[in-house]
Parts: sequence; C-alpha cells; structure tokens
Amino acid sequence: MTWIRKNLFGSPIGIVLTLLVAWAAWQIVPPLWNWAFGHAVWFAESPDACRAAAGACWAVVTTKYRFLLFGLYPYEDQWRPLIASGLFVGLLGITCDRRLWDQRLLLIWAVTLTVALFLMRGGVFGLSYVPAEQWGGLPLTLVLSVVGIGGAFPLAIVLALGRRSHLPVIRALSVTYIEIVRGVPLVSVLFMASVMFPLFLPEGLTIDKVLRAQIGFILFAAAYLAEAVRGGLQAVPKGQYEAADALGLSTAQKLRLVILPQALRASIPPIVNQFIATFKDTSLVVIIGLYDLLTTTRIALTDPPWRPYYVEAYITAALVYFIFCIFLSRASLRLERSLNAGVRT
Amino acid sequence: MTDTAVSISGVSKHYGAFRALFDVSLTVRKGERVVVCGPSGSGKSTLIRCVNALERHDAGTITVNGIELTDDLKTTERIRRQIGMVFQSFNLFPHLTVLENLTLAPTRVQKIAKVEAEERAMHYLGRVRIPEQANKYPGQLSGGQQQRVAIARALCLRPELMLFDEPTSALDPEMIQEVLDVMTGLAKDGMTMICVTHEMGFARNVADTMVFMDGGKVVEIAPPERFFTAPQEERTRSFLSRILSK
Repeated sequence: MTWIRKNLFGSPIGIVLTLLVAWAAWQIVPPLWNWAFGHAVWFAESPDACRAAAGACWAVVTTKYRFLLFGLYPYEDQWRPLIASGLFVGLLGITCDRRLWDQRLLLIWAVTLTVALFLMRGGVFGLSYVPAEQWGGLPLTLVLSVVGIGGAFPLAIVLALGRRSHLPVIRALSVTYIEIVRGVPLVSVLFMASVMFPLFLPEGLTIDKVLRAQIGFILFAAAYLAEAVRGGLQAVPKGQYEAADALGLSTAQKLRLVILPQALRASIPPIVNQFIATFKDTSLVVIIGLYDLLTTTRIALTDPPWRPYYVEAYITAALVYFIFCIFLSRASLRLERSLNAGVRT
Repeated sequence: MTDTAVSISGVSKHYGAFRALFDVSLTVRKGERVVVCGPSGSGKSTLIRCVNALERHDAGTITVNGIELTDDLKTTERIRRQIGMVFQSFNLFPHLTVLENLTLAPTRVQKIAKVEAEERAMHYLGRVRIPEQANKYPGQLSGGQQQRVAIARALCLRPELMLFDEPTSALDPEMIQEVLDVMTGLAKDGMTMICVTHEMGFARNVADTMVFMDGGKVVEIAPPERFFTAPQEERTRSFLSRILSK
C-alpha cells in the first residue's frame, strides 16, 4: 500500500498519469482478452465456426499445426523432425552448462548433429529418404540456426585471431573477409550461395539447396561473430599474454588455456546477440525457395477459407520465435552468472 | 663458466628513437642475488624483460645457463622454462583457481602428472604460507596474497633463476612485507634472483650485488655495503639520498 501511495499517487501529476494509464488499460485489455481468449475459437472442423464467433480463430493454428511446424515433410514421418528439433533444443541447453566445456562438448555436438541430420534425411536403418528440399518449418529453422552457429563459431575464432596476427598476409585476409561479408546484406549472400556458387562447382557435382543456404549462414554469421570475439580479445590485458609466455606455454597453449577462455567470457553478450539474430535471419531463406517456419505459415494461409485468420497464424509464429529467443537470452544470462561466480576483477 | 647463470653483454634496445638500454653488461653467478634499482624510465624493467625474451634486444648477447637467446622460438621457450618471472601486476589467470594457476604450466609445459603437479603446487603454496586459499579464484584474494600466489606459480616450474619486476610496487603498504618475507626466504634457500625493486631495506638484507641504472645505462655495480655507504658515482648518491629520505 505504501508503495502504491508513494509511486502511483505521490504527486498531482502522478495521480493524473496513473488515472490516464488505468483508463487506457481498461479500454485496451478487456477487449483484447475477450478477443484472444473469451470469445476465441480453439478447435473447429471448418472456418464457418470462426466466422460465427466474435473472437480470435486459433482454430487456424490447431487445424494446420502439422504443416506450420513441419512444412512439406512426409506426414507419417513427421516424428523424425520432431525428435530432431528436440535434439537441437537440448543441444543448446547443454551448451550453456559450463561444466561440460571441454572435449566432451565437441563430442556431444558432433554426435547430436549427426543423429539429428540422419533422422531428418533418412536413407539408413530403414528410414525412408527425405530430400532436404522437403524439410520445412521449425526443424529447418533450427537446423539452419544451430548448425549455422556451431559452424560459424570456430571460423569466427580463427578470423578474430587472424585479424590480430602479426603476419601481414593473414591479417589482410581476415580483414578483407570480415569487411566484405559484413558489407553485403545476408540476402545477397544467400543468393550467391544458391545461384552463383553452383556455377563454380565441377560439372555433375551438385550440393542441395539447404546445404548451400547453410554454408551461406555459416560464412555470414562468422564475420559478425569474429568481431564479437575480437572485442573480447581486446579485453584481455597484455600481462596475461606475458605471464603465459613467461611460464613457457606455447602459442597454441597460451591461446587455448589462457587467452580465449577470458576473451570468450568477455564477449558472451555480443555472441548471444549474434546467435539470436542468426536464429531470426533464417526466415530469409524464403527468397531461395526454402520453407522455414515463417514461410510455412504464409503458405498455410493460401488456403482461401482460412485466409482471413492470418493475424492469429502470424501471432503464433511470432510467439514460437519469441520463446526460442527468450530461452537463448535467459540461458546466456545464467551462463554469465555461473562464469562470474568467484571472479572479481 | 659453469657457475654463470646469466651473462648480459653489450645489450642495447630501442623503442623507435627512444633508447631504453645502451650497451648494458652484467654477469650473474649461480646463487647470486642481484638487486637492480634506478629512477623510473632507467631501463631496469626492460633489462630483466629482455632476459626471458618478453622484450627483444636489438644488439649484444644474452646467455642464460650457457644458452644464447636468439629469435628462434624453441630456444626462447627452452630458456623461459628455466626462468620464473614475477610481475608488478601479478598477472594471475583470473578464470582459473589458485591451484589451477599453479598446475597449468607443470602439466602442460613439463607434462608431469596432475596429481604430482598438485602436490608440488601445495608444497609451494605452503612455502608462501597460503595453502588454505588453493581453491579460491585470484579475484577473491588480497593483493599481497595474489603476489605470493604468483611467486608460487613461478616456483612450480622449478626454475633456476627468478626475475622480480617491481613485485611490491602495486601493493598496499601493509602487504609489502609479507611478499618481501617470501622473497627473503627464497634468497636464503640459495635461489638465483634478479630483483627490480625500490625496497632498499630488502636490498640491504639479501643482495649480493647492487646495480644502479639511469638513462638506459648501468651506472654502478657494487656490493651492498659499499653501495649504500660509499657510492662511487654522483648519480647513485643523489638517487640514494632521494629514495632513502622517504
């Protein structure tokens, strides 16, 4: 009560503002609530039920959720991308546990990605073969972002170190790469990966569209991540290099055991920032004809009777993106806290 | 020459146009304690940083235990493994615990077993009198404790020579003595030491040889009793009168 009196009714202006906000909330919240929940239709055999109701038509989502989530993936085999999606999410969760940060994590990534990709692709152990062109929806979004991040990360470290190398050729190569890739939009990188790249391949060799987009994502994200890592490298004091040198550590040991652990810790916020951006950027693969989560939503809405309910469908898609991004963001905060435990600098 | 630990001969070093060291020569016997002093900017830190190749000298030769310091990476690493270095700003690794700081180089450079490295680490932590801090992070320790950990870390490689680069300059006054006590203990055990320090009381106690530097040159080399009571050079006298009056 004291809090309310002090903060909401503390001054004449405060009283006026409080009343205005309360009035606005009264005007907005109840109708919104009624639309979203009160009068909403959750399940319906046909859109007719929606037309009769005054509220939201979530039935568009409950009816078409299989297509929204999995796109053109064969209907009876959709448990495969479902498990693969679970594996990707679990992989991200495990990666945020610092106790596993050694060779084990590399092994976990390699095994999980291999299992997930074989599960999606099939062609082994009696699983039917599903070409990557048919992958779609949430699993595609997850494949592109998780593999994109996983592939970009080591490349980014190499680029960041290269940019600080005292060998002019290596430094020039790294700077050129970073500046060129950062200087062009992701859309054009994807176009190049999908249209131009095959022209350079020897005849007869083709790489499927998903893999090409994937390479595009890795190359693009690496340039940005490299700058995030470089920021972290700059935060490591010169004395740390000297102490490692004085102990007789080799250059590789010095980087791996002393410099990079500190540099990466300092650059967690911008690294997570880039991860979240990459996750959302996957929706751009629509321009090269792949069906990510946002595209499957749009395609589902081409069904004429359901078309009026695009708001509900897009809200749902946005909600899925939001849940994943907030998960990444919270996990990174927890990680930062656990890394800072006991460290006071 | 087997009793020579470090031989510095005609060493010069430039930073662009600035002359940091000019024709410096100094010989350190095994077991000898050398204290280098001089005003700031006199090149004393640069000199000991050249000994373990943290700085590259432009001219002259530096020989450590009979191995001449060259640009060759292998030679550099070999020499560094025989030298322990203690910095003004401690330079402990903040992401590792005290124990991990101490076992890092023995397990990775000397490739001894982890258990053995930990035993050795605890031995040296005992010697610097903070074994109870083994599992803390450097950031949780006081400056004096951090510097003692840094000394223990250098000792864990069983070096034949210890370099101290103003080890007490970054410490609060009440912590200086605990670090000097550890260094005095080391000196008593016969460690070869080159210390850059302004602690003249410590110098008088442990030094076999005093070196006074100014403007990148060695001005005077003398045993402490003569150095403090009857310095030969005018610049030494004025430096000592300034530093001892404080």
